[in-house]
Amino acid sequence: MTASSNTTAPNPAPPTHLGWFVGIPTAALVWWLAYSHLTEWADWVVATLGLSRETHLGEAVHFFAYDAPKVLLLLLGIVFVMGVAQTFFAPERTRALLSGKRLGIGNFLAALLGIVTPFCSCSAVPLFIGFLSAGVPLGVTFSFLISAPMVNEVALALLFGLFGWKVAALYLVTGLMIAIVAGLVIGKLKMERFLQDWVREIHMGQAALPTGNTLTWNDRLAAGLRHVREIVGKVWPYVLIGIGVGAGIHGYVPEELMVKLLGKEAPWWALPAAVALGVPMYTNAAGIIPVVEALITKGAALGTTLAFMMSVIALSLPEMLILRNVLKLPLIATFAGVVAMGILFVGYLFNFLLT
Amino acid sequence: MEVKVLGTGCANCKNTVQLIESVAKAMGVSIRLEKVESLPEIMRYGVMSTPGVVIDGKVVHAGGIPTRAQVESWLKAAS
Repeated sequence: MTASSNTTAPNPAPPTHLGWFVGIPTAALVWWLAYSHLTEWADWVVATLGLSRETHLGEAVHFFAYDAPKVLLLLLGIVFVMGVAQTFFAPERTRALLSGKRLGIGNFLAALLGIVTPFCSCSAVPLFIGFLSAGVPLGVTFSFLISAPMVNEVALALLFGLFGWKVAALYLVTGLMIAIVAGLVIGKLKMERFLQDWVREIHMGQAALPTGNTLTWNDRLAAGLRHVREIVGKVWPYVLIGIGVGAGIHGYVPEELMVKLLGKEAPWWALPAAVALGVPMYTNAAGIIPVVEALITKGAALGTTLAFMMSVIALSLPEMLILRNVLKLPLIATFAGVVAMGILFVGYLFNFLLT
Repeated sequence: MEVKVLGTGCANCKNTVQLIESVAKAMGVSIRLEKVESLPEIMRYGVMSTPGVVIDGKVVHAGGIPTRAQVESWLKAAS
């Protein structure tokens, strides 16, 4: 949701029960029809423009006309479902579920809840303190903080759209593993003393917030629509730019170059270099994945490119600067180090499994 | 009426402030709007996801920009 939709025009009235009853099946049908005719559509676009897929330009146009609508459709669908699911998991509820949980089961639960709990990196600090002050162990809190940005619906939708469900599932599972294991390690290291002093002294107020239980299905579905407007409204330009760049690479960049730089013939240090390169880069999954796809179709290794992507999303410099307010340097360094190791491991694993 | 918007200065927080201002103006309700940016103070309200909205000392909303209808109902209830 943008500011302008709030301040300039009044929001449209939320649909009624009947509206949802008719609207959702209709939207689902239209969605399915569009999704199942993408190849015909792309062929038609190329033919209408008088191009041939034999040419660089034709191939690039086909790539764009197929991938752009496909990814946008998947985003719409998955983001809507997640928007509805998130109404069941307010941060307060997640905190209550995690409070007092032991290391181990707690980390597992925290990583899972990280997927469905609404999270914005600008709220990372209040969330962090809120969890700790409610008795959620430090290691469990970190599992949540790692999983929430890394295993997000936009990344999953894009991976699913561009690489298929196997790669999306592999990303989901390994992302959760990294969050669980990194949280366990941080918990075992007993690093509570590296919290900033003011954090340990803080007295967290108990807010009497309305819980999610009072929401009707109308409210939840409306929240799903709002989530779509907010997320898809924000990321669609990146998706189009990303796919555009991808289409360019797809049509024009010679294959041998990529294979040498990032593919099977790449030196062993290409992977750590890719991870290091990802840290100062801060973008959302939407912008980077289409580029990643194009790199891979040109022979870059999947593990290296995915590790690069995880590093861009999960280890962002701005988020670490925010966390610096609550964590002392050794704890931040440990956090970054453990997550980077996890990503490296996943990268080598993917490269090993898929060659 | 005293309205506080809790948030560390992200875009959503600024949008929330603007929204409340414009709704109050449209409804002709006079409010004292304050932005709370200090983290310890935000935490005192028990809010974990920003922006949060506090009306006369009571937290009525947390996490994300409220809808226009929500803001209208708060202002109506309190005026």
